[in-house]
Amino acid sequence: MNSRTKTKLFRTLWLLAMLALPGAARAALTIEIIGSGANQVPVAIVPFRAEDGLAQKITPVVAADLTRSGLFKMVDSGGVVPVPYEPGEVDYAIWRARGAEAIVIGSVSPLPDGRYDIRFRLMDVVKQTQLAGFAYAAAASQLRLTAHKIADVIYEKLTGDVGVFATRITYIVKRGSRYELQVADADGFNPQTVLASNEPIISPAWSPDGTRLAYVSFEGKKPVVYVQSLITGGRQAVANFPGSNSAPAWSPDGRRLAVVLTKDGGSQIYLINADGSGTPTRLTSSSAIDTEPNFSPDGQLLLFTSDRGGSPQIYGMSVTGGETRRLTFDGSYNVSPRFSPDGKSFAFIQRNGGRFNVAVQDFATRQVQVLTDGSIDESPSFAPNGRMIVYASGVRGRGILAAVSSDGRVKQRFTENAGDVREPAWGPLVKH
Amino acid sequence: MRKILTGLLIAGVLAGCSGAPTKEQDGARVEDRIPSAVAAPDQKTGPADPGATSKPLGTGKVAGDPLKDPGSILSKRSIYFDYDSNLVKDEFKPIVAAHARYLSVNRSVRTRVEGNTDERGSREYNLALGQRRADAVKQMMQLLGASAGQIETVSFGEEKPRAQDSDEKAWTENRRADIRYQGE
Repeated sequence: MNSRTKTKLFRTLWLLAMLALPGAARAALTIEIIGSGANQVPVAIVPFRAEDGLAQKITPVVAADLTRSGLFKMVDSGGVVPVPYEPGEVDYAIWRARGAEAIVIGSVSPLPDGRYDIRFRLMDVVKQTQLAGFAYAAAASQLRLTAHKIADVIYEKLTGDVGVFATRITYIVKRGSRYELQVADADGFNPQTVLASNEPIISPAWSPDGTRLAYVSFEGKKPVVYVQSLITGGRQAVANFPGSNSAPAWSPDGRRLAVVLTKDGGSQIYLINADGSGTPTRLTSSSAIDTEPNFSPDGQLLLFTSDRGGSPQIYGMSVTGGETRRLTFDGSYNVSPRFSPDGKSFAFIQRNGGRFNVAVQDFATRQVQVLTDGSIDESPSFAPNGRMIVYASGVRGRGILAAVSSDGRVKQRFTENAGDVREPAWGPLVKH
Repeated sequence: MRKILTGLLIAGVLAGCSGAPTKEQDGARVEDRIPSAVAAPDQKTGPADPGATSKPLGTGKVAGDPLKDPGSILSKRSIYFDYDSNLVKDEFKPIVAAHARYLSVNRSVRTRVEGNTDERGSREYNLALGQRRADAVKQMMQLLGASAGQIETVSFGEEKPRAQDSDEKAWTENRRADIRYQGE
């Protein structure tokens, strides 16, 4: 991968709308890519044998995933005769001449039970060796997911990081006076409404195993924290105390939630059981606002927002109590902290002048990098591999979702057809 | 508590039946959210704030309700705040004082103070700021004779703006605490 080309041009690609087939899964969120990685791996993706017969072709989804990451450049795979489907059929000279460093080939064949056998291989064009090869048995409804898994394998082999194409995101859509809590694939396809309400919904948070969402609903005319199963749809109010209940954050073991309650006066952070049982344990004791708790990946530390020093800043504390430590010092408004998945940095929202932007601060060096340049950017949430941060952005009075790579180079905008989208949270890696 | 809630549910259903049709299917459930509120017979009128989205439970207007009499200071329900402030300004103190007096005379009446903020900044931090505004009103009411058990404070943060625009005028309107009585 030494010959990665440097791309300095900003590119604007409208992808998924063009790739969606009639009858295939629809995207409510279309993703526009603005900017790209410094180094892009040139990859040729050859259409799989017999994929034309599928309701959902595989390779366009793989190509869209890899392109969206900003880390790959698609090399034209057309006009090669015969089309290679097996390693022995690859004429490496052709692909070297086209500048490809890797080539993806594969095939689809129907299985007796109605499913499809989907095989793919990732070949190193320079070394002429196989980097990866997998076979999947997938039902027609799982074709997109299979394509995302293939993209994950390619991403991991060529970048060294875990791929997150087969993950999901949750967010809130406001349509008129109606609020919908939705879950969609990471590429915006297959949006499903898991809760619709005439009252606001905010602060959705994924359980670590991806099977439940905690969120704050105002349906009872005040903020109450619920946990809802994505498997059964069943839900339960887990914090419904006098006053306001909000800001749920899961412990990494999925058994507890840090929440903000006002039952004892003021907004303070408590620990509760995720099933709502037992009595809340109070974690902060200040006369200030303490809110937006977020667990470290090892479950030992909490980040939170507090105005105990006169302006909202980010603090850290041990989950077992003890001293708190102020972490942000630049500016008068630093809020919404989120640990990176490796625990080495945190994302947050920083106000600069009248603008609110996503920033990342390294724990060791305390260096802050502002990653976005919108006027109102909110609610940052890391992808589970730590490479991207999804966030909400106010555009012309309407909210959209956007994502930025943690080095600030790759930017994406998710545009919704209708409605105001906010409060995104990127789901965990899950075994399918 | 269970008995009170059951009673409230019944009262709520009755109110829903006797008044104009409510917009929402579960008008009765609205009432049971105010803990231990005791239904006062003279409070079943429509919402005082058309911009707020509280669901009306009935419209049977009763003459002589000081809470609804436009000539009474008790019909004023909104306390406005400066940016990032929870200080009750002098011009709004008479309103808070009047409601505190009303509560101190009518010990069975329960109220809820709802804090709101403008749209700028973190939703959760704004929820906490709105809570602080509601708490400031409650604290003043207590000092003036209302008891803590009569007042629940909650926050809507930036989530239920009365003014929808994104300008200073709208932000000023939305930095607010509203005093609501049971059934409103």
